[in-house]
Amino acid sequence: MTTANVTELPAPGRRPPRRPSPALPRLGAYLLIALGAFLTVAPFYFMFVFATHTRSDIFQLPPPLWFGSNLGENYASLLERLPFWRSLWNSLYLAVLTTVTTLFFCTLAGYAFAMYSFKGREVLFGLVLATLLIPSTLNIVPFALIMQALGWIDQPRALWVPGMASAFGIFLMRQYIGSSIPRELVEAARIDGATEFGIFRRVIVPLTGPAMATLGLVTFVQSWNGFLGPLIIFRSAETYTAPLALRTLQSVANTDWGALMCGVALTVVPLLILFALASRQLIEGLTAGSTKG
Amino acid sequence: MLTSPRVSPARRRGGWTEFQRRYAPYIFISPFFLLFLVFGLFPILFNAYLSFQAWQPGTGLGEMEFVGLRNYTDNLTDPTFWQSLKNTAVLALLSGLPQHLLAIPLAFAAAGVLRRMQHLVTAVYFLPYITSIVAISVIFFTLFSWQYGVINAALNALSGLPLIGGLFPAEKINWLGQKEYVQPAIALVVIWRYVGWNMLLYLSGIQSIPRELYEAASVDGATGWQQFRFITLPLLRPIMFVAVTLSLIGGLQLFEEPFILTNGTGGAGQAGLTTIMYMYRTYANYSDAGVAAAMSWLLFLVIGGLTLVNNRLFGRSGLAGRD
Repeated sequence: MTTANVTELPAPGRRPPRRPSPALPRLGAYLLIALGAFLTVAPFYFMFVFATHTRSDIFQLPPPLWFGSNLGENYASLLERLPFWRSLWNSLYLAVLTTVTTLFFCTLAGYAFAMYSFKGREVLFGLVLATLLIPSTLNIVPFALIMQALGWIDQPRALWVPGMASAFGIFLMRQYIGSSIPRELVEAARIDGATEFGIFRRVIVPLTGPAMATLGLVTFVQSWNGFLGPLIIFRSAETYTAPLALRTLQSVANTDWGALMCGVALTVVPLLILFALASRQLIEGLTAGSTKG
Repeated sequence: MLTSPRVSPARRRGGWTEFQRRYAPYIFISPFFLLFLVFGLFPILFNAYLSFQAWQPGTGLGEMEFVGLRNYTDNLTDPTFWQSLKNTAVLALLSGLPQHLLAIPLAFAAAGVLRRMQHLVTAVYFLPYITSIVAISVIFFTLFSWQYGVINAALNALSGLPLIGGLFPAEKINWLGQKEYVQPAIALVVIWRYVGWNMLLYLSGIQSIPRELYEAASVDGATGWQQFRFITLPLLRPIMFVAVTLSLIGGLQLFEEPFILTNGTGGAGQAGLTTIMYMYRTYANYSDAGVAAAMSWLLFLVIGGLTLVNNRLFGRSGLAGRD
């Protein structure tokens, strides 16, 4: 390795590290990052390519590397085998309800933890964090039984009601509110005679946009992609969410891989669009949440 | 703290205003705790109770029968349970360790050499994380296909190259059909999915390191490697602890990836059968809720134990210590 000796002092105010990296390691870094990015994106590429091919095209040698012409038939076959749009609607219904309620309750709780001083605050917040560490999948058997006892099997509320608030969400919102909203603002609103909930609604909510975008996207994605929960709760094809429905296609002996890929792609596209629109915000929100505080 | 609700006499109006000010925070945080009590804590306690009962869920709660520790001994004498535990541990390690070995240098590069393209790079690597595991598994199921899969085709093509060809297999690998390869295949998918997530965590850690440290090191003539070794790595320790803890807990609860890649069967030689999968099978297929509950407690002990070890080795006070 050659030394990256810096002779001049970094310009003040600029963002170092300003060491001019030697060309070779720099090129190496670029190549490795590019290779990794290629390997990351390749499966997505093949998903879209496969969605346009017949089953026998997908499993041939060499595998198809470019788009085919079978998309229409794959789509038709998908709809023939599954109430696909119904499943997608179920996923959307569940994800929207979970996201809206999570945003509301987590922002409310995050605000309380960030801006109020009350007895037991530290202990209660410690409890919130502790629940983050409880392995959630271990609860699946009692979860299923409780839902059975409540008669919530095959009901979306079995998943969105327990999902109305999350420890992660409270943590994120507390970090954001605590680090970005001045307490004086709340005080001022109080002097103006606003009620506590009024302050939350009129002062806090409008100022937490970026963090809400992050939490909203994460919650939406998690709900949309959920598998184990829906697997336990939903028993009939009408209530299946998209991941469950697609999985039933795979378990059939003679899987129509073209149709399956088409369905998979249609389930992923909304998330890709959402991510493209919000990725900057998501990444900034997540990094802000985990560094500040 | 600055704002105790009763400090300012000017705003002491008593009655409703006073009341709502004092209790507002409790009301605001109560939904989470109510939900946690009903859907978090209660199931845990119920699960503990259940683990001492013999019970088939189909027969109604009245049919429970106390059996003492039998569910636990049943599990501990069940070779499949031990195998599932071993599979889980191997998979957690095989998928967990490379994630961090890849994510740390990637984050370092993204924060340094590639800072201009940081958002793009992070977004690309983060892509797998936002995609449904069912979608991912379906795609990889075809990519891993034995005779006609893209992965084997690529590996075989690479093995034909001069110099580095020897690193790649010339024979087709039966990824999901042969015992030895089931775990590496599952691990590859898990790594692929979570590298970006960890990269993001490390990136946030790197960005919180004061820039002056790097400046000072540059002035003293430290190489990029030395800066990485003596500034970045030590100061990343807290975030490393969080990331490793999350990987550990996640890895030990692996379910969806192996479940779908092996079509729910556990794969060749049951090498892809994780403990959660086995627990699910015990409950859903054998409808033995008590045994499944005991299994989850045994796994909980393992996870708890390993988390504690990790805590001792790595962290000081865990998540709570960071705020």
